[in-house]
Amino acid sequence: MAHLRFHIRFPEEGIRQPIIYQIGREYNVVTDVRRADVRDTTGWADVEFTGDTAEIERALEGLRKKGCSVDPIELNVVE
Amino acid sequence: MSKMKALVCRECGKEYPTKAIHVCEMCFGPLEVKYNYDEIKQAISRKKIEDGPDSMWRYLDLLPVEGTNFVGPHAGFTPLVRAKNLGAYLGIDELYIKNDTVNHPTLSFKDRVVAVALTRARELGFETVACASTGNLANSVSAHAASANLHCYVFIPGDLEAAKVLGNLIYKPHVVEVEGNYDDVNRLCSEIAGEHGWAFVNINIRPYYAEGSKTLAFETVEQLGWKTPDQVVIPMASGSLLTKIWKGLHEMKYVGLIDDVRTKINGAQAEGCSPISTAFKAGRDFFKPVKPKTIAKSLAIGNPADGYYALKATAESKGSMDMVTDEEVVEGIQLLAQTEGIFAETAGGVTIGVLKKLVKQGIIKKNEVTVAYITGNGLKTQEAVIDAVGRPTRIQPSLVAFEKNFKLGKNGGGDS
Ligand SMILES: Cc1ncc(COP(=O)(O)O)c(C=O)c1O
Ligand SMILES: [Zn+2]
Repeated sequence: MAHLRFHIRFPEEGIRQPIIYQIGREYNVVTDVRRADVRDTTGWADVEFTGDTAEIERALEGLRKKGCSVDPIELNVVE
Repeated sequence: MSKMKALVCRECGKEYPTKAIHVCEMCFGPLEVKYNYDEIKQAISRKKIEDGPDSMWRYLDLLPVEGTNFVGPHAGFTPLVRAKNLGAYLGIDELYIKNDTVNHPTLSFKDRVVAVALTRARELGFETVACASTGNLANSVSAHAASANLHCYVFIPGDLEAAKVLGNLIYKPHVVEVEGNYDDVNRLCSEIAGEHGWAFVNINIRPYYAEGSKTLAFETVEQLGWKTPDQVVIPMASGSLLTKIWKGLHEMKYVGLIDDVRTKINGAQAEGCSPISTAFKAGRDFFKPVKPKTIAKSLAIGNPADGYYALKATAESKGSMDMVTDEEVVEGIQLLAQTEGIFAETAGGVTIGVLKKLVKQGIIKKNEVTVAYITGNGLKTQEAVIDAVGRPTRIQPSLVAFEKNFKLGKNGGGDS
């Protein structure tokens, strides 16, 4: 069981959709939102995913398919 | 009691022990070092600092390490150059260049942050250090690790230029070239940092690492005769340097070294990677990530970890931000070299370009004491200026040929 943390940005057209909830239903992962900021045209959430590593990978791919960007919780670490 | 009180979450304020951790378990916000300022105030004084070593370690009382077994004992205390020629050119009475092109040992301000990070890593018992980098950071970690006999892993993207790879290989760290683009390397390194018991300087050691940048503020104030400048211009990649200069200025006030902070903080980016400056100009308190496309590679961070905090610090100081084109970066490098004899890398070109813009717009005024932070050496990014510097005058090996090209006056003056 892995616990991995990501910073997820929602696409403008996805702001009013329950994307994190959908991902939790479509994949066998537990999602835990710790911090988020959702406004009219932008939004992000810091989320922990718990589950099998390969299943988390698939869930992230699912998020990307919905137009989200997924980064490590630290954002860019290559300096 | 120790001078370090705790690591504290920048978002929710929860405190943690001063170990190798960087993310708040409650809210996933970033951690930073909190100090016992009252205690430090008793221990520190201008005199004690002035009698200290000729390095950034003269500010040991405000740095997040416990002992004095330093990695990188010579980092910092670089010259603050009174830039009369450049000041006259731009129309500022009192301009200074904080010249970190000559930082020891790898010629960029990263020697400050890395010296702190590795000193702390060793104190915490680590024997292996690591970083992910496309340039200055990797050079500095590799060099410091070699001198401190630490095992070292450097992760680089597969498409990095040969000259940059060599700058690391010479120190013989393990250089791991990751197939894939920037995002792939980025993702991998974050995961490795989470899994292995290594000191990743800018990931799990980041709370300590970042503190090293404060010494640029401390030294500037001391070198100005214990006065804060009116304006500073700072290049931004992750935005950490800018944030920490602001923090450092305030710490000097907390511990009684200065009475007040009246400095306006100005951030500089290249147009091809300006998420922070763009947000500032649009009046937003958040930035939108970008895909970098600029010759200022050392500032090419599209999704900056401290972008939000840099926006906040700049706003609090009533400062400003701006960005310049790649042509302006090259012009900035040339201008600094030709007026002050200082050859900066592209980040320096960004700083000078933005300085010029801010003066032109009247944001920085003629009578304001201004400091421009020049953070890396031009010898590292020669490819950026190769087409702009012209060619030597070529002559036949005869006096006649020489005199035909150069008419010298009696004292050797004259021109070609
Ligand atoms: C030469 C130089 N200047 C400035 C910076 C900006 O640093 P920061 O990421 O703290 O904003 C960097 C960072 O990589 C750099 O290499
Ligand atoms: Zn927190």
